[in-house]
Amino acid sequence: MIKLQCDGREIVVPEGTSVAAALLGAGVSQFRSSVTGAPRGPLCGMGVCMECRVTIDGKGHRLACQTRCEAGMEVTTT
Amino acid sequence: MKFDVVILGAGPAGLAAARAAVRAAHRTGAPVAIIDENPAAGGQIWRGNAQIEIPPSVRFFAPTRVFDIRPGFSLETDSHGTIETSKLILATGARELFLPFPGWTAPGVFGAGGLQALVKSGLSVKGKRVMVAGSGPLLMAVGATLRKEGARVVGIAEQAQLGRILPFLKRYPAKLPQAIALRARLIGVPYWTGTWPVRFEGDVVTLSSGRKVAVDYLACGFGLVPNTEAAQLLGCRLDDGFVAVDSKQETTVAGVYCAGEPTGIGGLDKALEEGERAGAAATGQPLNRRRSQAGAFVRDLAWAFHLDPRLFDLAESGTLLCRCEDVAHSELAHFREWREAKLQTRCGMGACQGRICGPIANHLFGWKPASVRPPLMPVTLETFCRDYSGRNAEER
Repeated sequence: MIKLQCDGREIVVPEGTSVAAALLGAGVSQFRSSVTGAPRGPLCGMGVCMECRVTIDGKGHRLACQTRCEAGMEVTTT
Repeated sequence: MKFDVVILGAGPAGLAAARAAVRAAHRTGAPVAIIDENPAAGGQIWRGNAQIEIPPSVRFFAPTRVFDIRPGFSLETDSHGTIETSKLILATGARELFLPFPGWTAPGVFGAGGLQALVKSGLSVKGKRVMVAGSGPLLMAVGATLRKEGARVVGIAEQAQLGRILPFLKRYPAKLPQAIALRARLIGVPYWTGTWPVRFEGDVVTLSSGRKVAVDYLACGFGLVPNTEAAQLLGCRLDDGFVAVDSKQETTVAGVYCAGEPTGIGGLDKALEEGERAGAAATGQPLNRRRSQAGAFVRDLAWAFHLDPRLFDLAESGTLLCRCEDVAHSELAHFREWREAKLQTRCGMGACQGRICGPIANHLFGWKPASVRPPLMPVTLETFCRDYSGRNAEER
């Protein structure tokens, strides 16, 4: 199992889990706010729509659906 | 890094191409590479559980995104600098078609293949109420996967008419056992044909039949859109939205081959057949002369799951069409073409670069896709500036 942080909360997931799956599983449905402030979450699940963008370890605009969870990762929804 | 053959995409078509290409490389020692933006090979259908192994002699770059391709061919990547090759095989697959209806931008609405991909990447749907909707053979497969993972699949809403799906199945009896097996895994799950979602509000999906169903997730995709951006950037000719190829899978640009969904939506068997042919052709091997049935299947599949034009009228004036820049239907409807709308509203100029709203605008307004320019994918400035931008400015 892997431990990571999302918005200061600890999430534990099996190895190989994507960040998007980890967040959704932990009940996080809003991954980012749109340019007009509307809540958005993953749509395409395959790296095309860019709706699942989060900040990972300080780097912005990372695709949660294309990134695998790593121990100690810090994820911030935007 | 220099290769004789580079394959873009490690789904079924790309993996079949790699397998074929190394048969020649075995004799000649020609280096072959395969690049994929996902962490593992398999494409969307096999997703990390690839049924064809990448031969050990093939260099596999993943997750690696190609953001520019110059003639010759030089591929600019986000993680391995420039990769050069004399032959290029495009096996870039397809994405889902989304159509806007009120509420489609809310969290909780996913693509059908989208939710399946998330489940395959570790999302638990146990006990979740899920509606599967949209169009195509994928819906049943998604429903079956979700149910196997413990979801309560409350129904499958297929927009196509049963009067088209049944003759299609009759014409392809080989597909029938697959369809029956899927249906057997979905016993008790309603399969509504000629039905689609018209609204998602709170947690309630309203269907065109008037039925309202409460769900945790709505998984909705209206078929597939070929990923032709790389081919367009290279100047390959497209016919009716698909990459034109000859009997060797070669595009109108010499040395560039294309296999799988970008040449016509036909699924796994077509992708394997075309990948094999592209890999063999790119390495100068004799080709199988057997006449392919793939073309007829592509046409029949499109006929069976033909989109009902009423789907293009679901968006209300305030419904967003462009999710990156939040551009509503009412802001776009009066424009005559894509370029004008882009310049005035930024529609299609956000992070997805029009991959989601482009096909929507094409279906709703008949706008032709705009030209493709690099970067093909959003890249960091660090990547973009590193030895790339200067050379690029001189060459273009």
